[in-house]
Amino acid sequence: MIEINNIKKAFSGKEVLKGISGKFYQGKSNLIIGSSGTGKSVLLKNIVGLIQPDEGEILYDGRDFSKPAAIQEIRREIGMLFQGSALFDSMTVLENVMFPLKMFTKMSPQERAERAQYCLERVSLDKAGSLMPSEISGGMQKRVGIARAIVMNPKYLFCDEPNSGLDPQTAITIDELIQDITQEFNMTTVVVTHDMNSVMGIGDHIMYLCQGHKLWEGNKDNILDTDCKELQEFLFSSELIRKLKS
Amino acid sequence: MISLGKYLIFLGGLFKKRERFQVYLEQFFEECIQIGVNSLFIVGIVAMFIGAVTCVQTAYNMVSPVIPNYIISTIVRDMTVLELAPTITCIVLSGKVGSHIAGQLGTMRVTEQIDALEVMGINASSYLVLPKLMAAVVMIPMLVVLAAFLSISGGYLAGTITGVINSHDFLYGIQYDFIPFNVPFALIKSVVFAFLISTISSFKGYYTRGGALEVGQASTQAVTNSCISVLLADYLLAQLLLN
Ligand SMILES: Nc1ncnc2c1ncn2[C@@H]1O[C@H](COP(=O)(O)OP(=O)(O)OP(=O)(O)O)[C@@H](O)[C@H]1O
Ligand SMILES: [Mg+2]
Repeated sequence: MIEINNIKKAFSGKEVLKGISGKFYQGKSNLIIGSSGTGKSVLLKNIVGLIQPDEGEILYDGRDFSKPAAIQEIRREIGMLFQGSALFDSMTVLENVMFPLKMFTKMSPQERAERAQYCLERVSLDKAGSLMPSEISGGMQKRVGIARAIVMNPKYLFCDEPNSGLDPQTAITIDELIQDITQEFNMTTVVVTHDMNSVMGIGDHIMYLCQGHKLWEGNKDNILDTDCKELQEFLFSSELIRKLKS
Repeated sequence: MISLGKYLIFLGGLFKKRERFQVYLEQFFEECIQIGVNSLFIVGIVAMFIGAVTCVQTAYNMVSPVIPNYIISTIVRDMTVLELAPTITCIVLSGKVGSHIAGQLGTMRVTEQIDALEVMGINASSYLVLPKLMAAVVMIPMLVVLAAFLSISGGYLAGTITGVINSHDFLYGIQYDFIPFNVPFALIKSVVFAFLISTISSFKGYYTRGGALEVGQASTQAVTNSCISVLLADYLLAQLLLN
């Protein structure tokens, strides 16, 4: 479980996060939703330590992420999928997936390749290992990103808009993949999204952000009954959700 | 001023929390090829022509019959070894290597590849920049030595082909009144230039914000800033070491 307490962050005087608290549960897909520019990515970057919060506390299973001793340990347990996949473009797909193993384990090249190949199979890309990232489609890049994120057997998986820019069908495949992996390895998964399909599909736990505040928390089963005005507007801007509701 | 401070902090960060030596070694060899081997052609061409032009123009300017002909090649030698080979080569490399480094790091930044490294717990600046810095400091002085050699050869060719100086005089002239310190001086200069080019371009690339447009701007800034700093350092070193 990851617990965040009163996270605040401002960029040159402009407050982006205005005190956010919440919990992300193990073995579940925890969603952070909200409209564009509300600070979802900034919150995620605070949680994984790419940005230092101005205030607040982040606990990974009780370990304080601001303590230098804990940071190194926790970093090894984090896997992250970036909004644009962020594959290293000078390496092949297989080398990308092997990279964390090469940096952090004492595995032999043979063992590394086997482990990486296993992860590629897990995301159904076992034949793409020798291609360069520029030679594969956006959806495939996302899947390679997932393979790279899980290659070290992380306890915590973070995904920033894993299905933005993909067709609905591929998007659902990615969502299901994330959901399966989360349950299979009992990970604490945090997904930033504004895709309604994801919300209704894998939203085990949902946190709604609006202009730097957390306005609502719940799950996919009770989200449609919310009485939070902003969230209603956000949800019912989608035709699909309107149909679902009625 | 603020960016000078940020640059110094960036330099400090390079040496904090490094990765395994093995990791750097692999990267180092790759960068040596990028920075060194891939620059051979352009550096060679520029050096040959600089030498040739220096020789022909010096001959053209020396109309006095009391000055012996071999002084032409002495001048070619001193001009190239002391100034033209290190400085012009490094200006050329500011363009070639500088834009390559800034473009590469800038792209990695805006496509979140640098964030990906940091999330894994890798000191991205050190992992990416140290091998480039080391490769530059090793390869650029070698390129400068080669450039000096090729410049003098260019001068020789131009001089003998056009007939402004004969082969015997040229060879005598390049040995005449030779100051040995000029060679280490040129090497010191090229090491300093190599350091400036690689770190300034890395700095510009590493802190790119935005998208493809900003990557282009970062590249341009990397080239102009490296050029200016090379020329400034050139002047300061001449003041410092030749007085
Ligand atoms: N490094 C930064 N410096 C200054 N401002 C920033 C920085 N990063 C983000 N912001 C600002 O913070 C706000 C929230 O940005 P963020 O990227 O978190 O939005 P988001 O909720 O992820 O939106 P989207 O769904 O479009 O990705 C934006 O107004 C943005 O301009
Ligand atoms: Mg975002």
